[in-house]
Amino acid sequence: MKRFSWDEMMNRYPAFFAIILLVVALTINFILQPNMFARDTLNSNMRVFLPIILLSVGQAIVILGGGIDISVGGIVSIVNTILATQVGLNGSPEKMWTFVFVSIGAGILAGAINGFFIAFLRLQPIITTYATSFLYVGFALFILPNPGGGIPAEIANVYRNTTPLGLPLAFYVIGVVLLVWMYIRSTRYGNYLYAVGGNAEAAYETAVPVTWVLFSTYVASGFMSALAGIAITMLSGSGNAEIGVPMTLTSITAVVIGGTALSGGVGGVAGPVVGAITLGIIQNIISFSRIDTWWETFVKASIIVVALAAPGIINLLRRKKV
Amino acid sequence: MRKFSISPPVAAILLAIVLFLLSGFLPNGYGSDINVAIAQATNIVRLAVFLGVIAAGQTLVIISGFEGIDLSAGSVVTLTAILTYVTVKGEDDKVLLALLISLVVGALIGFVNGLGITFLKISPFVMTLGMSGVVTGLIIIINHGNVSGKVAPIMTRLIARPLSPDIPIPNAIIIWIIFGFLMWLLLERSTFGKHLFAIGVNRVTAKLSGVNVTATNLAVYTLAGALAGFGGFLVVGNTGVVFIALGQPFLFPSIAAVAVGGTLLSGGKGSYWGTMAGAIVLTLITSLLTTMQMPDSVRRMVLGATLLVMISIYGRQRGFRQ
Repeated sequence: MKRFSWDEMMNRYPAFFAIILLVVALTINFILQPNMFARDTLNSNMRVFLPIILLSVGQAIVILGGGIDISVGGIVSIVNTILATQVGLNGSPEKMWTFVFVSIGAGILAGAINGFFIAFLRLQPIITTYATSFLYVGFALFILPNPGGGIPAEIANVYRNTTPLGLPLAFYVIGVVLLVWMYIRSTRYGNYLYAVGGNAEAAYETAVPVTWVLFSTYVASGFMSALAGIAITMLSGSGNAEIGVPMTLTSITAVVIGGTALSGGVGGVAGPVVGAITLGIIQNIISFSRIDTWWETFVKASIIVVALAAPGIINLLRRKKV
Repeated sequence: MRKFSISPPVAAILLAIVLFLLSGFLPNGYGSDINVAIAQATNIVRLAVFLGVIAAGQTLVIISGFEGIDLSAGSVVTLTAILTYVTVKGEDDKVLLALLISLVVGALIGFVNGLGITFLKISPFVMTLGMSGVVTGLIIIINHGNVSGKVAPIMTRLIARPLSPDIPIPNAIIIWIIFGFLMWLLLERSTFGKHLFAIGVNRVTAKLSGVNVTATNLAVYTLAGALAGFGGFLVVGNTGVVFIALGQPFLFPSIAAVAVGGTLLSGGKGSYWGTMAGAIVLTLITSLLTTMQMPDSVRRMVLGATLLVMISIYGRQRGFRQ
């Protein structure tokens, strides 16, 4: 039998550390909140986590391709304001469906704008999507200058309270996303994506359509941001043009905790999903541990820094022993 | 035949001059009064000083390459501004002590960033993002809702006022010019500067030619932290008040100023003159949009669009075919 090798596990499964972290976080959370696996508690947690999970999946695809997307929160805001103003608190389900599709279209368009500038004009991703994030949040504020509007409570409740076979709706959504990802990963496009993220120059030399692959990652991110926007609108039931802004940096943290390197070409989408759930659980633990409110931000941020540092610390300690 | 090209700092300054001249035609612009025009121009440059100083550290970490960026700059500014505020308590003879504290605290935070980035191999983006959260947590703990303090008269005199009643040049601008000269010495005339550009271009070749990559990298982040700390000291000297969100609005503009000034976000190439020009352009655009009394939504969209146009003109990376 082969001996267990930490290095091999870390190399072969970038999400390995994320899963350990999730198990630790879940255990602590379970001690603090013994009913956390009861159907309603689980559902009320998962429906809060889902928007960030969806956002992290889109972010992960961009990062795998070697880029970064600072505008995802802006796209969430656009979708939220479209739904809150166009469907309205008394809108019909048909109207909701119509504007769900409009929202998805808007997300894809916003992603295509990012992709155009980055892939075709060869601009630097971080500054480009920073610029477009101003465009998108500005546009959301243009649609809805002050918080207000919303979607009907019955429609919001479909998202909040649907638990097929006693499992949260979020589980099914995550399941579908992961299945689609596994399929994409197995196609030629999947290989192209990793090739571009790993070494774009080399990928170009071997006739990979680098420009189109890069472009597609931002479109995918726009699409996932739209889904996240729809989810968070159904969760909150109301409109606010600033709703997506704090979600951007969280999505990037989730991707990195999930073992997908910011340098591109390493990792996957399952890790970031685990990372996003872990971040949510950490927030839960902090709310339940009754630490002084003044200390909450500090404790949470410190836990995240330690989580980010842990793989590096383990590597350093191991290297010393050898 | 030589290809027509224009250096980014020059382009940024030209853009600023054109925009400023055009702004005279606005309904509440300076009109035909040359004195008002000069006063307005001086005031915009004075406001740009703070962004410019905060962006100095950002310039260094970005030149150092390897995805270098400092997302903790905004929260360091807030922290040192608060520390200055509570240390000085309106007394002139405590000002030097407050300046020292600002620099040391900034440097310490930068040093921790550097440790994480060099030894634990955490990507600069997430390391400094995580650090930003920790520092924000510290601010909340120190602040505890409110702080009592006061800036000293001498700070207001040296930062916010003009040189003398006869010479209407604000002291802040003079500080900035001296600061700019020191930055030029550091980047262009010192061994550290040479090593900085060397590791920004290629870490492997830098190492082979005898540059201590780890030490240089650690020094860059420490210095960037100290410079952000200095920025906080200046900002509170100008505003005279502190609040939790004081520094955060400087963060992304500091990155944008570096990019607009022609420093490559991928590292290895850039100048502080460019960043100074970028800071002036960004401050000018922001204040123009404010004087035009545009709604927040339009202001953000115009800012985003301008940024996109500027980086499209000269921020393009090399294509694959070349």
